[in-house]
Amino acid sequence: MLAATGIGLGHYLAVAAILFTIGVFGIFLNRKNIIVILMSVELILLAVNINLVAFSAELGDLAGQVFALMILTVAAAEAAIGLAILVIFYRNRGTIAVEDVNSLKG
Amino acid sequence: MTLPLFFFYVFSVIAVASALMVIASRNPVHSVLFLILTFVNASGLFMLAGAEFLALILIVVYVGAVAVLFLFVTMMLDVDFAEMRSGLLQYAPIGIVVGAIILLELLLVAGSFALAPEVTAIAMVPAPDGIENTRALGQLLYTRYVFLFQGAGAVLLVAMIGAIVLTLRHKTGVKRQDVFHQTGRSRAEGVELVKVKSGQGL
Repeated sequence: MLAATGIGLGHYLAVAAILFTIGVFGIFLNRKNIIVILMSVELILLAVNINLVAFSAELGDLAGQVFALMILTVAAAEAAIGLAILVIFYRNRGTIAVEDVNSLKG
Repeated sequence: MTLPLFFFYVFSVIAVASALMVIASRNPVHSVLFLILTFVNASGLFMLAGAEFLALILIVVYVGAVAVLFLFVTMMLDVDFAEMRSGLLQYAPIGIVVGAIILLELLLVAGSFALAPEVTAIAMVPAPDGIENTRALGQLLYTRYVFLFQGAGAVLLVAMIGAIVLTLRHKTGVKRQDVFHQTGRSRAEGVELVKVKSGQGL
């Protein structure tokens, strides 16, 4: 239970909400730099993890921590694949700016 | 103020400040280093919530692997990051609007919900009393969620193979071992029998 430590569930939710917002804002702010966009996505996933762990601790339910573990796994896989795509894109085009990624004319 | 609450504020203030620096710093290497600081402090928050295993895994996986991967890629690519910062504030107004709306909604939700009193009684996997978090999580992962666990391993394997396949470059002009070619050699192309006349040599 969280309440025994003096920290409420609301504290964790507020921190997670702020981190989530910073992540979303980072995507808007660094529209050109894919590396910082990937880091912002990591921040968003971290905020989600904080929520899951806080609810898991508050409700005394371990399933939330298993969820958080799975999110951690997927986030690590996503970072590896994303950076690999970034590296081969840089090799082919010599740039990593988002606005130059228009080969598909989407 | 209790001691855990004090540490909660310390960890969360540093985490939020360094998350701001991740998106605001000019140099991407500094961004990665601030990302590491954010993760370390988030792991402190996890520790305060009693999720020790996840806290340590966060340090091992993120600081040890993901952030270092980011650092390598950032330093490997020869990109003019200063040029990339131009037009930085072009999308800042809409970003601020969207961010403010999201933050407002999230804080409204976080501030206004109430847990039903019977919700702890219907926990899917009640945390067992008297054994530590790591042991409890292990007992859960290897029994009830074993297929999920295996699936996570499969996801990591696919990601690893995918990253290797994507970035592998075959340079031309480098001699490589070709096992199929080696073992598929026939005697005709392998050896040549020469009739040597006695007393003359070759």
